[in-house]
Amino acid sequence: MSQQIGRQIYLKREDLNHTGAHKINNAIGQVLLAERLGKKRIIAETGAGQHGVATATVCALKGLECIVYMGEVDIQRQAPNVARMKMLGAKVIPAKSGSKTLKDATNEAIRDWINNPSDTHYVIGSVVGPHPYPDMVARFQSIISEEIRWQLKEKTGNELPTHVIACVGGGSNAAGAFYHFLNEPTVELIAVEAAGLGIHSGHSAATTTLGTPGVLHGSKSIVMQTPDGQVVEPHSISAGLDYPGIGPLHAHLFASGRGRFLSATDQEALKAAFNLTRLEGIIPALESAHALAGLEQVAFPENSKIVVCLSGRGDKDMDTYMKHMTEFD
Amino acid sequence: MSRIAALFNKSKSAQKKVLNVYCTAGYPALDSTLEVMGALQRNGADLIELGMPYSDPLADGEVIQQSGGIALENGMTIARLFDQLKDFRKVIEVPVVLMGYMNPVIQYGFENFCQKAAEIGIDGLILPDLPPLEFEVQYSSILKKHHLDFIFLVTPETTEARVRMLDKLSSGFLYAVSSSSTTGHEKDFSLVEKYLCRLQGYQLNNPILVGFGIKDKASFDQTTRYTDGAIIGSAYIKALDGQKDKTAIEAATKAFLKTVL
Ligand SMILES: Cc1ncc(COP(=O)(O)O)c(C=O)c1O
Repeated sequence: MSQQIGRQIYLKREDLNHTGAHKINNAIGQVLLAERLGKKRIIAETGAGQHGVATATVCALKGLECIVYMGEVDIQRQAPNVARMKMLGAKVIPAKSGSKTLKDATNEAIRDWINNPSDTHYVIGSVVGPHPYPDMVARFQSIISEEIRWQLKEKTGNELPTHVIACVGGGSNAAGAFYHFLNEPTVELIAVEAAGLGIHSGHSAATTTLGTPGVLHGSKSIVMQTPDGQVVEPHSISAGLDYPGIGPLHAHLFASGRGRFLSATDQEALKAAFNLTRLEGIIPALESAHALAGLEQVAFPENSKIVVCLSGRGDKDMDTYMKHMTEFD
Repeated sequence: MSRIAALFNKSKSAQKKVLNVYCTAGYPALDSTLEVMGALQRNGADLIELGMPYSDPLADGEVIQQSGGIALENGMTIARLFDQLKDFRKVIEVPVVLMGYMNPVIQYGFENFCQKAAEIGIDGLILPDLPPLEFEVQYSSILKKHHLDFIFLVTPETTEARVRMLDKLSSGFLYAVSSSSTTGHEKDFSLVEKYLCRLQGYQLNNPILVGFGIKDKASFDQTTRYTDGAIIGSAYIKALDGQKDKTAIEAATKAFLKTVL
């Protein structure tokens, strides 16, 4: 890939984590916290199913009851992860309102939490939700940039890349990948959102382009909404990026100009996924494929040292990939 | 004196419990808002909580969610609501509080919203996703300026210190959620009684209305033994049963409130 782009590219391999994505970093932290708080029942929302699988995995290990809310559409398109959650002993409850995706699963999880506040801990899967979730999840995910620093040092003798690029759904892998570079002004932070069928197609999840300041799921950030404040149903081929908001940290990076925000369409993400697979022998998650697609949109200066956060592996997306296989042969 | 304060003064001296009924603006039909409010007033509601529909109503159970979804499909917006209500004080005398969520109110403009609401004769606001800290720092002065009451919610998990803090920030009344729950859920009444007894013992500044899960005379009488009144929501929306016709709304409201009062 470095050869293809003509720049030094490093992949941060979160896909090699147990359960196959960065989500486990946060799930372990929060379930340990829940155990410490004496909570007996764990609930979570999930989009792609990776956060659900991660939470169900830690709950299996800890012997805790686990309930995962998942949009009906996502239950269909991420079936392998639904099966994994069930095998791990979690109960998967379909969210049937709205566009039946991540936002709606989050609504149901919050309602469950309101109804069961004393025995239940809600493990939110991204840097969204009410305080202290955005902060807490970012801290648990900050291991990503901690590792980028020492691994880069080991490989290149210098722990600072010139660019870090990551996909943004709610923004947890990006927050983790950016965290220890936030105060390093030489490191450019690049976030890639899902443009769906095209930013202005009416079927998109490119929040910073399409959104305006608003309140969603307990935090003030940028939200895709109508002029009278009703949240708009997003679209992305990738269940993990199919969300009409972003974490408040990212809204700040966007507004302050510290972060650069790009977007990749469904088609560009698919192309990038097949490209990585054939070049490197790595099948990425559809979410991570958006970060890879972002690579092609930037004219990187010579001598750039670019880290791409490969947030997860693509096993869960094989159905979608198989449908598009012939387009990329 | 505010309309809400006057209501509680009157009911206290008459030793009567206040009945607050929730309805959704723009439901069952876009233009039934005022008809529903009129029917409620005629048939015994002392106070009306008017819900402003929102795409993601986190504090509401299924019945109210669905009514809000229909209202949005009907084309309900805050601007439309204010238009529907511009002369409502000519026909509605009971206090009216608006219930909704922060995002649509912020998009309308918080101060504009308060000014407009006060201008047409709204008495107070309930915004369950506005945290007390933000309220205190950014919003309470705006409400005061426009003489609007603001009502916070407490639950069985709310500690005494926090109940007292929320009581201090609230005016009009305090909304006691009968169990830690979204609207429309029922819970074991003996636990509810213990909790309401505890609240009563605090001798708070504001009257207490208990809400969520109350559906008939038995549950109304039981909960109001310890409080100044109760709020009925889902059970009434269910009783309306989506009927858009004016006479059907009147009949359903009359029949329903007979089972409560
Ligand atoms: C592999 C992978 N990457 C990224 C995401 C998007 O989430 P976030 O933006 O919080 O990293 C998900 C969410 O499901 C995911 O599974």
